[in-house]
Amino acid sequence: MIQWDSFLKTFDTGSGLWNPLVWATVIVIALLIVYIIRSFGKKEYKEGTEQTKPFLSGNPEGDKEKMHVKGSNLYWGFMESMKWGFDQLTKIHTGNVSDYILWFVVIMGILFIFIVGVF
Amino acid sequence: MNIMNHLPALIIAIPLLGAFLTPLISKINDRLRNIFVILIAGLTCLLVFLLANQVFTEGIQTYVFGANTKETLNAISSGTPLVRILFEVDGLSAFMAIIGCLLPLVAVIYSWAFMKDHTGLDKYYTLILLMTAGMLGMMLTGDMFNFFVFLEITSISSAALIAFYTDKGKAVAAGFKYIVISSIGALFVLLAVALFYGQYDALNIAVIANSMQYSFLDKVALVLLIAALGMKSGLVPMHMWLPDAYGRATASVTLALIPTTLASLYGVLRVSFTLYGNNLITGNPLKQIGQIEIHLNILLAIFLVSLALITIVVGVLMALKQTDLKRMIAYAAIAEIGYMLLAIGAALSVLKTEVGNMALKGGMFHIMNDALDVGLLFLVAGAIYYATKETSLNKLGGLARNMKYTTVFFLIGLLAVSGIPPMNGFASKLLIYESVYQVNPILSIVAILCSILMLAVFVKVFHSIFLGPKQSSFEKVKEAPKSMLIGMAIIAGIIIFFGLFPQVIVNNIVTPAVDALSNPGTYINAILTGGV
Repeated sequence: MIQWDSFLKTFDTGSGLWNPLVWATVIVIALLIVYIIRSFGKKEYKEGTEQTKPFLSGNPEGDKEKMHVKGSNLYWGFMESMKWGFDQLTKIHTGNVSDYILWFVVIMGILFIFIVGVF
Repeated sequence: MNIMNHLPALIIAIPLLGAFLTPLISKINDRLRNIFVILIAGLTCLLVFLLANQVFTEGIQTYVFGANTKETLNAISSGTPLVRILFEVDGLSAFMAIIGCLLPLVAVIYSWAFMKDHTGLDKYYTLILLMTAGMLGMMLTGDMFNFFVFLEITSISSAALIAFYTDKGKAVAAGFKYIVISSIGALFVLLAVALFYGQYDALNIAVIANSMQYSFLDKVALVLLIAALGMKSGLVPMHMWLPDAYGRATASVTLALIPTTLASLYGVLRVSFTLYGNNLITGNPLKQIGQIEIHLNILLAIFLVSLALITIVVGVLMALKQTDLKRMIAYAAIAEIGYMLLAIGAALSVLKTEVGNMALKGGMFHIMNDALDVGLLFLVAGAIYYATKETSLNKLGGLARNMKYTTVFFLIGLLAVSGIPPMNGFASKLLIYESVYQVNPILSIVAILCSILMLAVFVKVFHSIFLGPKQSSFEKVKEAPKSMLIGMAIIAGIIIFFGLFPQVIVNNIVTPAVDALSNPGTYINAILTGGV
């Protein structure tokens, strides 16, 4: 039977400690502080007026829908700099089930060499 | 008849019976069929929890089909060859069975609304219940041949479910690929079983483990089992079927598929720690290189840790590259499997030490957490597809305005799978990082870096799908139906509970599983000493 007081115990990781309840309390306090700071904001703010329009060096704002950064645009720089690696990875993923089995045979072969052959 | 004495049999019999009754009930009424399937899945879950409670409080439970358990065990202990199917449920089996019953239950609840517009649902629910029976059988059986039979049941029903969208060529192709790799994997498992039977005249895991000579044929069987079950677990580079299968199946099927993959991982654990448990460290090393003694545990540890690292890195990088939501989550799931194996591999290298024990706890806890976290993300992906008929990250956007609850569920899944406190993923990853660091700091550093990359992947997804301005094409998108929200809420609730009270879960569910792995003798003696 699970004891009720065990729910309050600190998580023992062997070489460290972790208390998620303390963390959760800190998050709640942080959210409260954010809410209080927010309440100091300007009360005269009006949605849908000139106040909410972005200022883009005097240029008109583009179509909002088109300005959304799409999935493949995110981390573009990272992907581009690692292109050589991604290209290799993509090349391996052929989608051909014969290749899937080939990899299985390769791994089994390596295991055979080490477990049956060498040791 | 005391039902509590027959729990292992009922856990298989009830979903099996339910599977064959479903088409009949479907003839009467669709609503009645849905209720029936949910009740069957719920009852199976209840029985699994009762059995798990028995195992955690009283120890290993054995059950012999078609004979008196005690008499049969006495016969085995006196040397009579066992010719009956025997279930042996220890902490590891119970732990896995909890995952194996919970996710199909959520899947059938979720399916109520998610699949309502489809035809052929009698077959769909029949296959889900068959798959559940198969994977629970794999987790509970104490017999190698029986394990193969349940593996086949699981594979065939899973393949049919993956190809459920028969009007979509890619789904059918994914189902075909799955059945090819499953059949080949199962064939090698069968070959290994034959090798054991030929040598020891036995199929029972405990009996084989007790007689294990670690002969040439045993080595061959080990290779066949680890490679075949490793492929079914989605280990890189044998993982390529997984994004196809997870990505093309319906979200509810993908959720139910996760524990089937983990059932194969369970097979790897059972083979390594129980079947070959007595041979992991012996008085005579396999080889002596200078001062270093090479034992089987070191060999397996090197193999598993190497593959685990490759699995994590490839999984995360491929996830980053994807533009299809479901394939992206599938690659993230592969990376998560890498974390489990990293911990298990590290534990093998320092077996029977405090660090090894902690690594095992981390790995086992992560198995459960991964099933929940990745499962929730797949359900969210399903909800998005249900609402928008779209899974491309390049086309979706601004959905947080229309799908508030789904957004919150995705956020919970995102934080959990990326290991952000106070979610459950953090607790298990913390155990893994700390213990693996003590084995080799570089392993831990790579794991942490990849976890950061994983967070980057999901931040990208969250931004692409939920943030940004409202898209005109998704103007009329509505929140997912109630049954789908309930399914997601159940998993999200468990994730938060596990995250806030990890010590309770580790003490009561994970530790018995780890003890079962660390002490193969207990599993063997439960059979060989007549259950005493």
